[in-house]
Amino acid sequence: MTVTTDLVPFDEAVRRYDPVIGIEVHVELGTASKMFDGAPTEFGAEPNSQVTPVSLGLPGVLPALNGKAVESAIRIGLALNCEIAELCRFARKNYFYPDVPKNFQTSQYDEPIAFDGYVELELEDGTPVRVEIERAHMEEDAGKNTHVGGAGGRIHGAEYSLVDYNRAGVPLVEIVTKPITGVGARAPEVAATYVRHLRDLFRALGVSEARMERGNVRADVNVSLRPSPDAPLGTRTETKNVNSFRSVERAVRFEIARQAAVLDSGATVVQETRHFHEDSGTTSSGRIKSDAEDYRYFPEPDLVPVAPSREWVEELRTTLPEVPAVRRRRLQQGWGFTDPEMRDVVNAGAVELIEATVEAGASPAAARKWWMGELARTAKADEVDLESLAITPAQIAELQGLVDAGRLNDKLARQVLAGVLAGEGSPEEVVTARGLEVVSDDGALETAVDAALAAQPDVVAKIRSGNLGPVGAIIGAVMKATRGQADAGRVREIVLQRVEQG
Amino acid sequence: MSTISREEVARLAGLARIDLTETELTRLAGELDVIVESVARVQEVATADVPATSHPIPMTNVFRADVVEAPLSVAQALSGAPEAQDGRFAVPQILGEDA
Repeated sequence: MTVTTDLVPFDEAVRRYDPVIGIEVHVELGTASKMFDGAPTEFGAEPNSQVTPVSLGLPGVLPALNGKAVESAIRIGLALNCEIAELCRFARKNYFYPDVPKNFQTSQYDEPIAFDGYVELELEDGTPVRVEIERAHMEEDAGKNTHVGGAGGRIHGAEYSLVDYNRAGVPLVEIVTKPITGVGARAPEVAATYVRHLRDLFRALGVSEARMERGNVRADVNVSLRPSPDAPLGTRTETKNVNSFRSVERAVRFEIARQAAVLDSGATVVQETRHFHEDSGTTSSGRIKSDAEDYRYFPEPDLVPVAPSREWVEELRTTLPEVPAVRRRRLQQGWGFTDPEMRDVVNAGAVELIEATVEAGASPAAARKWWMGELARTAKADEVDLESLAITPAQIAELQGLVDAGRLNDKLARQVLAGVLAGEGSPEEVVTARGLEVVSDDGALETAVDAALAAQPDVVAKIRSGNLGPVGAIIGAVMKATRGQADAGRVREIVLQRVEQG
Repeated sequence: MSTISREEVARLAGLARIDLTETELTRLAGELDVIVESVARVQEVATADVPATSHPIPMTNVFRADVVEAPLSVAQALSGAPEAQDGRFAVPQILGEDA
């Protein structure tokens, strides 16, 4: 489907219009069982193998609330500086869609478990931005539809969908911001930074693995434009299911450029749901909000209200992790990184990776060198996040260990890294399989040195006369003969020995 | 005075996916009217300090431990499906959905 959309260049759009954004983030909680039943929540399991009659919404089933999910929701609320409700209820959100087998989603409506919070972000250049949180509420995830195209369609020759309910009923917390105003041209960056901040927070809290590529964290981005910051809010669009930081940024950028063109043409922005297209970085119209969005919410009669005691809330407050900004400062001090170095690390999303690499035994400098150098280049070339690379912090520490032990030089280490990324196994396995170890075995090196000296007889005389310059040429020749696998320091020693021995 | 119009019943029926005939719409509009008026009389009695009741039994915080129970087998899960394919429920195409 190709639709040509008129766009105003982004810079011009934000010069003439004031963008306002709002973000809804859904996080799947990492509980062992589902929100309302004991079905397991393992990722990637065989379709429909993680379901109970409750997950399938069979007639007569009753929900039983997962206490751990409530605890996680409260901890998320507290980490977002929210008030925690004294009493809140679940509600049925009624709509018909095959991935919601009960024909309603059990959610919360006017009584979210957490409300009125804020988070403090830091943009790439250190600019602080405060995002106000409207609410955080508990709900359940839906199943997964796979659309089967008409060409291959076999059911009565029509197009159809296949539904897997493994995800149906997995606990979710949805976090909704208040409108974020006053950020102007930085709206796309603020949106992406906010989602990254939440992802880091979920991990620090240990409430979710928060893996973007698995859809553990999903964002809906609302964008509207108004002629000036004094004008009332414009009509917004909601771009659904934007699932990477980069996509969040691009989706906001695109909507600003698109809406500016709509307004320039004298038309009005249609309030609607839009879909984001990863390949082109564009959005396209989905459902227009209408009658079908009348969800006829009513209190869920099968679940009693949740009334967290203040004692429980305070007890959970003591389990909160360090605020990310404080944590970053502590790590930076421990690692001895400069401010610009640390900022690059944060912006690359490498804080946790470097922390884990250091924990696995590498020095902070070496960990930074790998993640911000070779691996950052690979991630950029592949257009993926660093953490999606097929290598673990422990493997980086192992690789660095081989370098520190003198078994690999830099060049060989990079080859080993490539092998690990290509799925050839651990660094040690790649070294063995590819035969990449540094040659420091004296016998082999002496033979190579002798051959090199014999090939350049005049060099010996020069060295003997005190001119050490040509030593490099001999080392180079030995390196060449050993395909770069010689231990250069040892070669140098052998060369000097040989010359002395005359 | 009628508070529930036929149009309103038709709209609700549409939202609830209930297929009603013209006769049923007219009849239900009248019946729902009686129900709504009866409820309205209760509301006259309830003063502002009476909270709305959603749950008649005064219980809160009924939690289940986060423990996994044996799920259904895939065959059991699909046993009631009118159509299934590749271990999944086959359903008619969702109108207006993007692939």
